[in-house]
Amino acid sequence: MAYNREIDLGTPAVAGDAAPVELTIDGQAVRVPAGTSVMRAAAMLGTTIPRLCATDTLDAFGSCRLCLVEIDGRAGTPASCTTPVAAGMVVKTQTGRLQTLRRGVMELYISDHPLDCLTCPANGDCELQDMAGAVGLRDVRYGDAGANHLNLAKDESNPYFTFDTSKCIACSRCVRACDEVQGTFALTIEGRGFGSRVAASQGEAFFDSECVSCGACVAACPTATLIEKKVIEVGTPDRSVVTTCAYCGVGCTFRAEMRGEALVRMVPHKAGKANHGHSCVKGRFAWGYANHRERILSPMIRASITEPWREVSWDVAIAYTASEFRRIQQAHGKDAVGGITSSRCTNEETFLVQKLVRAAFGNNNVDTCARVCHSPTGYGLKTTFGTSAGTQDFDSVEHSDVVIIIGANPTDGHPVFASRLKQRLRGKPGVAGARLIVIDPRRTDIVRSPHIEADHHLALRPGTNVAVLTAMAHVIVTEALADEAFIRERCDWSEYVDWAAFIAEARHSPEATEALTGVPAAEVRGAARLYAGGGNGAIYYGLGVTEHSQGSTTVMAIANLAMVTGNIGREGVGVNPLRGQNNVQGACDMGSFPHELSGYRHVSDDGARAIFSTLWGIEIDAEPGLRIPNMLDAAVDGSFRGLYIQGEDILQSDPDTRHVSAGLAAMECVVVQDLFLNETANYAHVFLPGSTFLEKNGTFTNAERRIQRVRKVMTPRNGMEDWEITQALSNAIGYPMHYAHPSEIMDEIAAVTPTFAGVSYDLLDRIGSVQWPCNEQAPEGTPVMHLDGFVRGRGKFVRTEYVATEERTGPRFPLLLTTGRILSQYNVGAQTRRTENSRWHAEDVLEIHPHDAEQRGIVAGDWVRIASRAGETSLRADVTDRVAPGVVYTTFHHPTTQANVVTTENSDWATNCPEYKVTAVQVGRSNGPSEWQLEYEARTQLARRIETAEPAE
Amino acid sequence: MSASTLEREVRMANQIAAEFENQQPGQAVAATADHIVQFWDPRMKAQILAHALAGGAGLSPLAAAAVALLRGKQGGGGAAPGDG
Repeated sequence: MAYNREIDLGTPAVAGDAAPVELTIDGQAVRVPAGTSVMRAAAMLGTTIPRLCATDTLDAFGSCRLCLVEIDGRAGTPASCTTPVAAGMVVKTQTGRLQTLRRGVMELYISDHPLDCLTCPANGDCELQDMAGAVGLRDVRYGDAGANHLNLAKDESNPYFTFDTSKCIACSRCVRACDEVQGTFALTIEGRGFGSRVAASQGEAFFDSECVSCGACVAACPTATLIEKKVIEVGTPDRSVVTTCAYCGVGCTFRAEMRGEALVRMVPHKAGKANHGHSCVKGRFAWGYANHRERILSPMIRASITEPWREVSWDVAIAYTASEFRRIQQAHGKDAVGGITSSRCTNEETFLVQKLVRAAFGNNNVDTCARVCHSPTGYGLKTTFGTSAGTQDFDSVEHSDVVIIIGANPTDGHPVFASRLKQRLRGKPGVAGARLIVIDPRRTDIVRSPHIEADHHLALRPGTNVAVLTAMAHVIVTEALADEAFIRERCDWSEYVDWAAFIAEARHSPEATEALTGVPAAEVRGAARLYAGGGNGAIYYGLGVTEHSQGSTTVMAIANLAMVTGNIGREGVGVNPLRGQNNVQGACDMGSFPHELSGYRHVSDDGARAIFSTLWGIEIDAEPGLRIPNMLDAAVDGSFRGLYIQGEDILQSDPDTRHVSAGLAAMECVVVQDLFLNETANYAHVFLPGSTFLEKNGTFTNAERRIQRVRKVMTPRNGMEDWEITQALSNAIGYPMHYAHPSEIMDEIAAVTPTFAGVSYDLLDRIGSVQWPCNEQAPEGTPVMHLDGFVRGRGKFVRTEYVATEERTGPRFPLLLTTGRILSQYNVGAQTRRTENSRWHAEDVLEIHPHDAEQRGIVAGDWVRIASRAGETSLRADVTDRVAPGVVYTTFHHPTTQANVVTTENSDWATNCPEYKVTAVQVGRSNGPSEWQLEYEARTQLARRIETAEPAE
Repeated sequence: MSASTLEREVRMANQIAAEFENQQPGQAVAATADHIVQFWDPRMKAQILAHALAGGAGLSPLAAAAVALLRGKQGGGGAAPGDG
């Protein structure tokens, strides 16, 4: 695909189904929806009216005075961006008068603009340059003696873009993008008249300001004022490829803009149905890890983890791995090996790893990192609704009136969706914003941010989700706020009656549970009434729901709330898990769980197994295999000895590090396929270098069930795409695979998975993306689920009795630790730590309430020791009232923090999802890193040695 | 088999049984047995069955009954540890 700037129609499309209006522009008739601007109507005819302050991602502003037109019967020369069409209107976009006016305006702009076009980084990609040409500017009569802004200093503080105010034309596009699109309100125009300049926060450097580096201002800038440093370094791109971001579960569509095989920039694509042209600091800028010096490009093996790594050829590495797995299976039985698929990899790669396990290994010992994040979502939503997935698309939030956010921090974890949500919460002129309820132990940014304030923030004690949600249901049932008509029509009425009687018991009331949850009863009542009676109610939740001993119960409590209020089965409502990683949904869909084949069919289902057996020519075991924690237990016991791990770092990301390391250390062959020598690789015998999302073809499925293409834009530096590595391994083990392209793997997925039956690369290329189910009934996919009834038939109410976790505070461990994410870093940080994003967050810190800090003599910046019954670690403290007294909080992005040394082996009753979010701890001052951290550092250094060839004499 | 794996299994079985008793009072035994059938691998099932035969220390009455039901479903034998 050659390089073209995206088409810009100047002003946004009008929302909804406005009646068409017919008008004439330059003699041509055009029909457009009422409310459309004259500028947009002209653009739809292919006529570009000169403009500088207008762009179709922002509301019309009418400041640049360039887009003037003449309209028959109207006086003057109105701005076409702010003038809506009218029936019968006759517009002229080019007359002598308009030409003179526009030239005059351009002349003024250019009189205060450096004329260094040839050496300007935006040369060839500059709207100011284009407009000077379009209006026929030939001369600037004002000279250069007057006052100007030509010598103002650049702000280069942001690692990814430069702000050169001398090139600014004060069009306000950046300010408006920050306000309207991103919702951070970090930019302003300070001063007035000739002195008007764009400023970040209160005239601070960009890096020090409130700017979150989403890149919206850079994308909006028509000149080189805000421009990517990479463009300054490399030059403008010459081609672009549409692909999907590999960070969070929002799944933003980007244009990878290239010059040769060099990536110049990632620009959010307006046609992306998840992001509509917006991005965050990770997807937009944090892709430099692909070329980081620590990336491993050669396969490596070693007989024991005490030896240094030895670089070998792909053939040797694959043959060695295959022989090790065969040897282990011959000696210890076919169940002695297994595999782990990754939510970072594509659907096709994930499908292939589980196929390798089920067909080549001949067992069901396959699991995925969703085990430790959203497995309770799968269980809970399948039980209540019948499908293990969110019910809506992201666009649905446009129609929400009340939004509940539980255990999620979207502005940090899912920033592009958060911007969308914030747009709805702020409302628009004439349209009130949606109301907001936040249920979270911590005061996350969404609770109070510019022009947004939650109606209720239920700052519950960690571990009491079920009690709070059950209390909300109690209020809805006992105050007769239930939507009985919906329940009778859609749900099992007798189960509802049983549930309602249970819920109505006085012990579930907000007053009865207040002492337990720490949430004032009046707040719970207020929140329940608002959700039940405030119109369309939508629930968004994250790992603060699932990563608990009652994670699955909490998911079912959420489903109960949606059903009892009738908030399911249409736009604007629903139950929406915010998925942590780009392809959590896909990894689950692809049959990565040890008990399920693709499309969530249990391995004991004879019919489902038969489909695979026929196609694959093998018998699939009817018994479930081992889940990740079970694999580690079995390894310690000696019955599980070989593990193939694709794109996952279980040593850093899984709880109870000591147990994970004991399990890994007990195995005879651990194979890690990754970009870097991650923490798990310390215990590996084979390292297979992986490819980045820029180096392969495939698909990711985001939190909306949206399947989107990942397109290869450069040759894999490691030599192979990840699916090719799995295929080579399977062939070496003796189970042949012969895919020539990932599209063939998708064809197989479609053939064996009813909900994917209609999916193909042809379809995705044609319509951009598709939300499953996609089959004969829904050939272009399913944006909103359960429209006419639940997938399982009737919605199932499940009693949700609060059971306190066994993780209790006491005299030894009086505080509760909970964990989360920060905007600039991603998960275990393997990618983001290897980018400039680390400048925003160089280390994990412990948030502690001033009251708890004072009792312990801790001041901000102190090194503190945090200990639980599982272990201890040290990090620096941040004293803040974001957390309640009794609660401490940290992120887990840095391996040196070793946050999971502290977390325990407690897990969700139904799925074994670890209870990361509640750990009883004690905190005290310390002198620096703990002994474990120091030892760990030393061990890591040792484990990462790579043998260097003897120098020739 | 280390004690800790069995301890985890006993604890998981108790957790599952307690949760189902809360969800469906009186039907927890069958639900728990079914859950174990659906989600535990054969080795884990064999271990908990063997443990129950050996007295079932630590298993709650409901979890013990569920394991007994499981043994009945699997033909009364009760696999030996490590059979998985």
